[in-house]
Amino acid sequence: MTALLEIRNLVKRYQDVVAVDDISFAIEPGICFGLLGPNGAGKTTTIEVIEDVIRPTAGEIFYKGRPRSGSFKDEVGIQFQSTSLLSLLTVRETLETFQNLYQKKTAIDDLVQLCHLAEFQNQYNDKISGGQRQRFLLALALINRPELLILDEPSTGLDPQARRNLWDLIQQIKKEGKTIILTTHYMEEAQYLCDEIAIMDGGKIIARGSPAGLIRNHSPEMTVILPKAHLKLEVDKLSLPVREADGRIELKTNDVNACLNTLMTHGIDLSDLVIRSPNLETVFLNLTGRKLRE
Amino acid sequence: MNLKRFWTMLKARNREFFRDRSAFGWNFLFPFLIVAGFGVIFGGQSYTEYKIGIYPHPNSPVQIDQVKMPEAFRNMRLLEFIGFASEAEGLEKLKHHKIDFLLKTGEPPYEYYVSDESPKGYVLEHMFKASLVPPEIQLPAQKKEIKANAIRYIDWLFPGILAMNMMFSALWGVGYVVVRYRKNGVLKRLKVTPLTAFEYLSAQALSRIFLLMFTLTVVWTGCDLIFAFTVSGSYLNLFLVFFLGSLSLTALGLVLAARGTSEEFTTGILNFISWPMMFLSEVWFSLEGAPQWVKSAAQIFPLTHLLQAARKIMHDGAGLADISLELMVLTLMTLAFLTIGASLFSWNK
Repeated sequence: MTALLEIRNLVKRYQDVVAVDDISFAIEPGICFGLLGPNGAGKTTTIEVIEDVIRPTAGEIFYKGRPRSGSFKDEVGIQFQSTSLLSLLTVRETLETFQNLYQKKTAIDDLVQLCHLAEFQNQYNDKISGGQRQRFLLALALINRPELLILDEPSTGLDPQARRNLWDLIQQIKKEGKTIILTTHYMEEAQYLCDEIAIMDGGKIIARGSPAGLIRNHSPEMTVILPKAHLKLEVDKLSLPVREADGRIELKTNDVNACLNTLMTHGIDLSDLVIRSPNLETVFLNLTGRKLRE
Repeated sequence: MNLKRFWTMLKARNREFFRDRSAFGWNFLFPFLIVAGFGVIFGGQSYTEYKIGIYPHPNSPVQIDQVKMPEAFRNMRLLEFIGFASEAEGLEKLKHHKIDFLLKTGEPPYEYYVSDESPKGYVLEHMFKASLVPPEIQLPAQKKEIKANAIRYIDWLFPGILAMNMMFSALWGVGYVVVRYRKNGVLKRLKVTPLTAFEYLSAQALSRIFLLMFTLTVVWTGCDLIFAFTVSGSYLNLFLVFFLGSLSLTALGLVLAARGTSEEFTTGILNFISWPMMFLSEVWFSLEGAPQWVKSAAQIFPLTHLLQAARKIMHDGAGLADISLELMVLTLMTLAFLTIGASLFSWNK
C-alpha cells in the first residue's frame, strides 16, 4: 500500500541548533501515527515542516507518493499547539469563515454535534474555556473533511477529565478512517490513541513501532513492588535483581509467576504487593535514561 | 484569486471593525472633535494670538479701557492682556515664554520688556512702536480687500484633518493589525489553509478602504451640517481624490505590514512615518516659505498630494485635469507600495 505521507531525510537547522536531524518515516492511510517525545525533541518542527509553515533545511516530503501540490492544503486539517483566531467572531462564525476557505466542507451542524460545541457556539472564540477551545480547534481542523489530520499536542493544558473527553473524540474520528498524525509528550495519550509511534529525542527518531511492539522490544520486564518492611531476609538471598527506593523494594522480572513463587518460598507477605506493567514511559527511560517530562 | 475566499476575509475583517465598539466610535469621534475644537477656537471672537503682561496691576481680570497705555495698542486685535502685581512676577512669566511682551502701565515714556528669543515678542515690539507713531505722520498705505470669497481657516483645515485621520487609520488599521496577527499566530493558522497572501492582503486593504470612505462620508456630512463648508469644485472629484488617497495610504500600510512580529517596533516605525507626514503634508500649516529641501521632502508623502488635490477642488474649483499630476503621483505611489508590500510579505516572519 502506498504511504499517504512519506518523509525522507528531513533536516531543519536554526543557525547552530539542529532541531530535526535527518529523520525519515512513512505513514500508512487510516492509522493514527504518534510522534512522542519530550519538549524540544523536534516534534512540532517536524509537523510544521510537513504543514509547510516552515521550510526544511534538507529532505523531501511526499503526499500520496508525490511532492506536495496546491491541493495538499485542501486535503489536510491542522490543529496547532497554540493559536489565536480572527478577533470578535463567534465560534460558529469562525467555523463558517474557515469553511469558506476550502473546497470540501463539513456541515457546521455536524461538527457542532461531533465536537459538542452547541452550548458555546454563539460565544466569541476567545471567551471559551480551555477544554471547549481544544474541541473547537479540533472542529476547525475537521472543517474541510481532511484526509490527513495533524494534531499538535492537542491535550496540553487540559485537566484529566477534559483530556479524556478529547481522546474519546479523537477515537471517534479515527473510526471514520481518517489518517491522523499526533504529537504528544503524554505517553498515556500515545498509548491510548496511536497505532504506530515514533519516539523522538534531540531531533532524531530513536525508536519506532506499535506501542505494544516498542514495549516488547525496549522494556519487556514487569516491575514487582512491595514494602521493604515485608522483607524479613537479606535481599541478595532472593537471587532476583532488586532495587531499593523510598522504603520499597522493586524487582524487575520477565516471569511474574516465577518471581512470586520465589517470594512466597521465602515466606514474604504479599498483601501490599503491586505489579506494574511496562509502558512507553519506561521505554523512553530505558532508551535515554531520562523521563519523558523531565 | 478566489473571490469567495477574498470575500470571506473581507467580511471577517469588517465584522471585527464594526464590533470593536470603542475603536469604531473613536474613528468618527476623533476627527469630529478636532474639527469642532478648531471651529470654536478660530470661529469665535475670543481668539487671541499674543499675550501681553502689564504691571503693576491687581490680580484681577484686566479692564483694558481703564489701563493707561497707547490708545492704538490697546485697540489692536488678537491681543490678550494679563495683569501682574509686580515687575518681577511679570518678568518670570516672560522668561518662561508664558507671555510674549511685558509693559509697564502709565504715561510716556513707556517701559517694556521683550525676549530676543521670542518671535512673537519681536512682532509685538514692532506693533507697540508703530502704535506710538501719530496717524498724521504715518506714511500713506492703501488697504485692498480680497474680492473673491475668502477661505475660512476651518475650510482650509478641514480636508487636512480628514486626510490625517485617514492616514492614521490606514497605517495603524492595516500595518499594526497585520503585525499583531502575525505575532499571535493568526496568520500562521491562515497560511495552512488554501488562502493566498494576495487574497488575504487584498481583503485587508479593501476592507480598510471601505471603512475609510464610510468614515469620511459620515464625518463630512456631520461636520458640514455644523460648519457649512464651501466646496467650489465637484463633490464626485473630491470623493475620487480621497478614494485614491486612501488607496495609497492603505498600500503604504501593507508595506509596513509585510514583515515583523514586534508590535513595539512596528509602533516605532508607524510613528516614524506618520509624524513627519502629518507635519510636512500641510495638514496644520502651510510650508510656504520653508526651505526648498523641506518642500521637496514633503513630496514623498502620499498625504501631501492628497491634500493638494483636495484643497484645489474645495477652494479653487479645480477639475480633474487641474489635479492630474496629483492623481498620477497617487496612482504610481499606490502601485509601488503594493508591489513592495506583496514582494516582502511573509506569513510568519
